[in-house]
Amino acid sequence: MPLEEKNAWFMGVIAILAYGAYLALLFAAAEGGTLHTVNYVPALLLTIGAAILANIALNIAVSIVSPKSARKKDDRDREIYRFGETGGQAFVIAGAVGAIILAMLEVDHFWIANEIYLAFVLSAVLASVLKIVGYRVGFQKW
Amino acid sequence: MVKPTTITNDIRALRFANGEMTQADLAERIGVTRQTVIAIEQGKYSPSLELAFQIADVFGVPLGTVFQYPGRAS
Repeated sequence: MPLEEKNAWFMGVIAILAYGAYLALLFAAAEGGTLHTVNYVPALLLTIGAAILANIALNIAVSIVSPKSARKKDDRDREIYRFGETGGQAFVIAGAVGAIILAMLEVDHFWIANEIYLAFVLSAVLASVLKIVGYRVGFQKW
Repeated sequence: MVKPTTITNDIRALRFANGEMTQADLAERIGVTRQTVIAIEQGKYSPSLELAFQIADVFGVPLGTVFQYPGRAS
């Protein structure tokens, strides 16, 4: 499996795990009560920070244990990377539009922050899926 | 993106006809990874025009000998 495909798997899985952990922390803090009154900021920062660090650590670890030839990136890797990232950005745009609408409706900060976080997670997952499909199924530009 | 290409290739046959060249050897000579050579051979990745010419150059044959396009179905 190419190094870049492994990194795509890491990004998608870590994004899902981190968001799952965030929701678990959030619901635990709510104790069955209303969600938007919970102080979500520590859980949000913790899970985003942990996800970024886990991604960096795994990318470095896999790069170290991979043979030198497997670390090489070529045109195909770069094209699949661009394709995945461009597709994933659709959710970032949707998230930004959603955040503007929620702000205009003067919805609680909690929901705006969570809507943006969800958009980032979906963006990462979609980008990962597109990259993995590009590697597994194929990538044609002709 | 994942629509299968109608372009076929004879890279595998050409490798064997050229001293049983390995995928790794070909990859090294055209400056890509072995996985990319595998993907091109299996029709899972269409190389750039420049890379296609480089592959043909390695085998010393015209581009049309390496890659074939069946044309528009009538």
